[in-house]
Amino acid sequence: MKIGLFIPCYVDQFYPKVGIATYELLQKLGCDVEFPMGQTCCGQPMANSGYAHLTKGCDANFIANFSGFDYIVCPSGSCVLHVKDHLHDENQEDKAAAIRNTVYELTEFITDILKIDHIDGRFPYKVGMHVSCHGQRGLKLSQMSELNAPFFSKPEQLLHNIEGLDLVALTRKDECCGFGGTFCVTEEAVSVKMGQDRIKDHESHNVDYITGGDMSCLMHLEGILKRQKSRIKTIHIAEILNSLEN
Amino acid sequence: MSSEKIIPHSEAATKFNKDVERVNWHDETLWFVRAKRDKSAHQIADWELLRETASKIKNNVLSNIHDYLVEFEANAQRNGIIVHWAADAKEHNEIVHSIMAKHDVKQMVKSKSMLTEECHLNDYLAEKGIEVIDSDLGEYIVQLRKEPPSHIVLPAIHLKKEDVSETFHEHLGTEKGNFNPQYLTESARHSLRNTFLTRKVALTGVNFAVAETGEFVVCTNEGNADMGAHLADVHIACMGFEKLVPKREHLGVFLRLLARSATGQPITTFSSHFKKPRDGQEMHIVIVDNGRSKQLGREDFRNSLKCIRCGACMNTCPVYRRSGGHSYHNAVAGPIGSILAPNLDMSKNADLPFASTLCGSCTNVCPVKIDIHDQLYKWRQVLVKDGYTPTAKTVAMKTMAKVLANPTIFNIAGKSGRFVMKNIPGMVNNKMNKWYDQREMPDVPEESFREWYKKNSRESKSKDNE
Repeated sequence: MKIGLFIPCYVDQFYPKVGIATYELLQKLGCDVEFPMGQTCCGQPMANSGYAHLTKGCDANFIANFSGFDYIVCPSGSCVLHVKDHLHDENQEDKAAAIRNTVYELTEFITDILKIDHIDGRFPYKVGMHVSCHGQRGLKLSQMSELNAPFFSKPEQLLHNIEGLDLVALTRKDECCGFGGTFCVTEEAVSVKMGQDRIKDHESHNVDYITGGDMSCLMHLEGILKRQKSRIKTIHIAEILNSLEN
Repeated sequence: MSSEKIIPHSEAATKFNKDVERVNWHDETLWFVRAKRDKSAHQIADWELLRETASKIKNNVLSNIHDYLVEFEANAQRNGIIVHWAADAKEHNEIVHSIMAKHDVKQMVKSKSMLTEECHLNDYLAEKGIEVIDSDLGEYIVQLRKEPPSHIVLPAIHLKKEDVSETFHEHLGTEKGNFNPQYLTESARHSLRNTFLTRKVALTGVNFAVAETGEFVVCTNEGNADMGAHLADVHIACMGFEKLVPKREHLGVFLRLLARSATGQPITTFSSHFKKPRDGQEMHIVIVDNGRSKQLGREDFRNSLKCIRCGACMNTCPVYRRSGGHSYHNAVAGPIGSILAPNLDMSKNADLPFASTLCGSCTNVCPVKIDIHDQLYKWRQVLVKDGYTPTAKTVAMKTMAKVLANPTIFNIAGKSGRFVMKNIPGMVNNKMNKWYDQREMPDVPEESFREWYKKNSRESKSKDNE
């Protein structure tokens, strides 16, 4: 099984440790992983800002880099959702379609394709799970609080097996953190207030770490936590799942 | 009101956020309503089926709207109701005024109708020398304060009891500093009772109109629609044409969904059916288009016409809860307002589809399954293409698109960006950077992932070993 590792542009530049954890974890789980060096960005920042017509270059570059893999795996629900919903290329629509159908967020790839529900790991801390909206409501990685339907959570299922990890139940379990792409600067006041409130929920449950499947949410929360000089840290779920040495 | 300068959503929301205590209160109050909605919805085993059914009934209505409207008109007329058609807000207001003029009446009592807010009826009638009293308590409060409602179901939700006390003291002469909700409600009730008893014309909204019977249903919690309509000689009901349902039996689906989605109640306290005028009474119904047929023709956005005005999307919206209804500068605020408003006027409302993180919670709570967040995304594309975005943003996006489409430029830009952040942080950590106002920038790593990968990947390691 040949896996194309899709590392979001800002993760590549600012959070290489998340990319490393994802790469190492997938290898540990027996995958043949390759990072196509020409990859850049999925085009989501433009598309969500209303400039989907400007993403043709990104789309073509994405297709050039990721065609031919059995699966494409990415530690970001948001970027995966964008590719799934919006990757098109009129000159090579068959290739675009193949990618849309084989791109997976990391935790859903582990639970749904690799069919692994237990990962050995150790993380002896109190952790709050910030569910990203695009991961949850977009990719349906976990049940949404608004729906009258049975509970499930692909990422939580994996975290439950990590030794020593104490996963708290948040008061507003799937409230948005307020990052929202360019929203975080165009609607700065509301974005920051949402982030502060999201942090308060974690604080009131006395967590050591906030984790999640989307580094963009965590980057926003981290920025606020640092400004508040909080003791709470953020950590991507890939880093927790990769917490045991080889 | 239409001539007022519009303050963009982000600016109004920034102002709203200056008062942290009020924002917290606003957020928590609406979250409380959302939680009540969850509790109530989760008690119904077939809730998701109900939503699906409602959505399909509305699909049928929107696909056959012409036939249902003709059927409704014929049946309503047979019942003795006078039916009017209004192409836009202006016509709607003129029709209502003409009925008032015919009876030579200068006063009207109104029960909450968001459509008349949409048409700015109060202002229009005021210019004609007609006094309108809104009889819904929340509407009454905002009317006294000369403000528009900030929420379609909870019009005065942006106000605390202290604000209401102050307003009533000023306008109704209640005791200064008496914040007791019961006392305040009682005072409003006394004042309104007099209104009900003396008004000859009552106007109500319409929640549902039934094509097969020519009747309409008005839902209220205070009974104010009934008080007005039953005491007045003339009852005018105003409805957007999308309010139709084909048959009476469909009401069972919508009445179960409406109140639960709105406030978590099993059903509204009063769901009043009006079918024909009582002896000696005159009953009018004004069926309004005002952009609806245009929206019906926009394939991507027609689903927005399924809306039954429950307000659930506002209560759940994390952005609405922290920006307040007035920041949406439209009769209908929140997520649903943000997909309805651009249809009415793109240049005035171009900011609204961007006032969202696209979290999708609105779509999930919507009792008629409107794909609200997908429509927000689609409106953004339309607004940009039609030129309703600031030039600076377009320039920035074009540059970004070029950088991100080219791996070589991306790598150079990434490297130099990280270099600047590390060595000249002042270039980034300044007032021009909205991220930095209340957040720290991420730490700059020694190397990017791809730099690490070049050195450490299995392939490069095996090459090293060769």
